[in-house]
Amino acid sequence: MTAIAPPLAEGELVTGTRLGQLLSDVWVLTKRSLARIRREPETLSEVTIQPVMFVLMFAYVFGGAIGIGGKGNYHEYLIGGMIGMGLAQTAPGTAVAVVSDMSTGLIDRFRSLPMSRAAVLMARSLADMLTQIIGTSVTAAVGLAIGWRIHGTALQAIEALALALLFGYAFTWAGICLGMVLRSPEAAQQTGFVIFLPLTFISSAFVPTQSMPGWLQPIAEWNPLSSLAAACRGLFGNPNPAASVDAWPAQHAVAAVICWSVGLIVVFAPLAIHLYRSKNR
Amino acid sequence: MTDTPAILAEGLIKNYGKIRALNGLDLAVAPGTVYGLLGPNGAGKTTAVRVLATLLWPDGGHARVMGHDVVTQAAAARRVIGLTGQYAALDEYLTGRSNLLMIGQLSRLTTRAAARRADELLDRFGLTDAAGRAVKTYSGGMRRRLDLAASLIAHPSVLFLDEPTTGLDPSARALMWDIVRQLVADGTTLLLTTQYLDEADQLAGRIAVIDGGKVIAEGAPAELKASVGGQRVVLELADPEDALVAAKALAPFATTEISPPGAQGSLEVPVAAADGLATQVLRALDAVGVSVNDIAVRTASLDDVFLTLTGHKAEEAEEEAK
Ligand SMILES: Nc1ncnc2c1ncn2[C@@H]1O[C@H](COP(=O)(O)OP(=O)(O)OP(=O)(O)O)[C@@H](O)[C@H]1O
Ligand SMILES: [Mg+2]
Repeated sequence: MTAIAPPLAEGELVTGTRLGQLLSDVWVLTKRSLARIRREPETLSEVTIQPVMFVLMFAYVFGGAIGIGGKGNYHEYLIGGMIGMGLAQTAPGTAVAVVSDMSTGLIDRFRSLPMSRAAVLMARSLADMLTQIIGTSVTAAVGLAIGWRIHGTALQAIEALALALLFGYAFTWAGICLGMVLRSPEAAQQTGFVIFLPLTFISSAFVPTQSMPGWLQPIAEWNPLSSLAAACRGLFGNPNPAASVDAWPAQHAVAAVICWSVGLIVVFAPLAIHLYRSKNR
Repeated sequence: MTDTPAILAEGLIKNYGKIRALNGLDLAVAPGTVYGLLGPNGAGKTTAVRVLATLLWPDGGHARVMGHDVVTQAAAARRVIGLTGQYAALDEYLTGRSNLLMIGQLSRLTTRAAARRADELLDRFGLTDAAGRAVKTYSGGMRRRLDLAASLIAHPSVLFLDEPTTGLDPSARALMWDIVRQLVADGTTLLLTTQYLDEADQLAGRIAVIDGGKVIAEGAPAELKASVGGQRVVLELADPEDALVAAKALAPFATTEISPPGAQGSLEVPVAAADGLATQVLRALDAVGVSVNDIAVRTASLDDVFLTLTGHKAEEAEEEAK
């Protein structure tokens, strides 16, 4: 009988730099997450069916009652906010996926392999970025169907979408951290919801901050989702009541989104990777 | 042992909150041998394997695998180990083959080498037909085989198997035993934990019995058996009521305490080997008027070792609790 696991021959092992190793590991693991989507496309409902539901509900159920200060069409106003909501909404799902992953033996196997420590979580963030791209496309498509239009240049539209995805990617790292801290998928789902709901609603995603009580306005104005909505509306050339709000994040929406995104990544990505390493304790 | 051990643990301590899972565990495993970790539930077997496989940092003591410290040189240690945990570590949504490819690539094999070895292992473990199916659809036995294949893909010099045959049917278990024997013949060092004493007896060159997070007995299976008294006289009494009288009559023969008689009137007496032993036992019983349906003399098994070393404590604890 020949050996079950004969020794490796010359040239069967990759000898690369640490960076090369990291990139290769991230790629292998991202493919793993995408394979799951291919096999169970229903896991995508969060970014396919839900955005359609939310856009239609807000446009037709609340749309008539919500005023945006007399100027402009609510449907045109809505989509800039909906894009941010759709992105933030994937975070609880990310947290659930991370908790479930961490509780399986597979993660133990990964941790016993000579692979990069950061790769598992980085792959998660990339796979989730792909689902966010799908979600954003769905939101935009429904928007176009109900009368939302891009009035700015193509370059501005691309800038808006890139900004949205940057923020979505940064926010995913917060979801990953949540998943690393919590112990059960149910807890992740609930905690994610408790964070996500006020975050999206106390913002200018659906209504202008001007319509809120005075004490709530600063909170809503400094909410990153308000800045993202204002930045998108400005760049798409849609009605943007935030333009007349006298607060730094409303006046410098693009800069505010970039600051928030960089801040979230700088805080949560290293923290998540640190938590992954400390599973050895 | 003249060789440096493939696995060496010295004074390992690991606490989970207030629970001390490892309490000064020492191990030394010679290269190219099978070493069995035997112990009751909660003894610390899985914890020991996790420390040795670089998944857990010990709170005290240290451990080396092929000379690499599992904490300070974990990266080097990970290049020489394979781990098959107590629960299958596979991606349910990937096919069997994709799982092997993924683990191969993450183990630093080239894509080409990973593919070649994946196909070899699938063939070797009888999984070629199922290779293209998602693992979700696999039976428990198939998962175990794939899990083991995954830990072999990068040719580990040291393989950890945590209860590799729990939940397997007899033929699947026999296959697993064959694989283990073949791996050792190829020069792999194996550390396996098990609850099955016959398994340790069959496979392991040396055994450590652990309880309460430390080694309470260590040696080759034959040494361990000899250490708890050479032989057992097993009696089937005609009348179960006689059991206590019989136990008292046989006390002079017993090398250790006689365990309480079974309900069916069976009685087991640990004895030292001697000529004419069975005759003497029967005479002693006849003298007190106990009649015997059946008598057998056998050598001690690992079950006896296990019971003697860990069982008495459990029984006493149970009685105290009553
Ligand atoms: N993650 C954990 N958190 C808290 N306690 C733990 C944890 N893992 C193990 N323990 C405790 O540590 C002790 C040793 O557990 P371990 O899993 O190593 O035992 P084992 O010998 O593998 O048992 P089994 O035969 O049931 O697999 C037990 O008392 C267990 O309850
Ligand atoms: Mg165990």
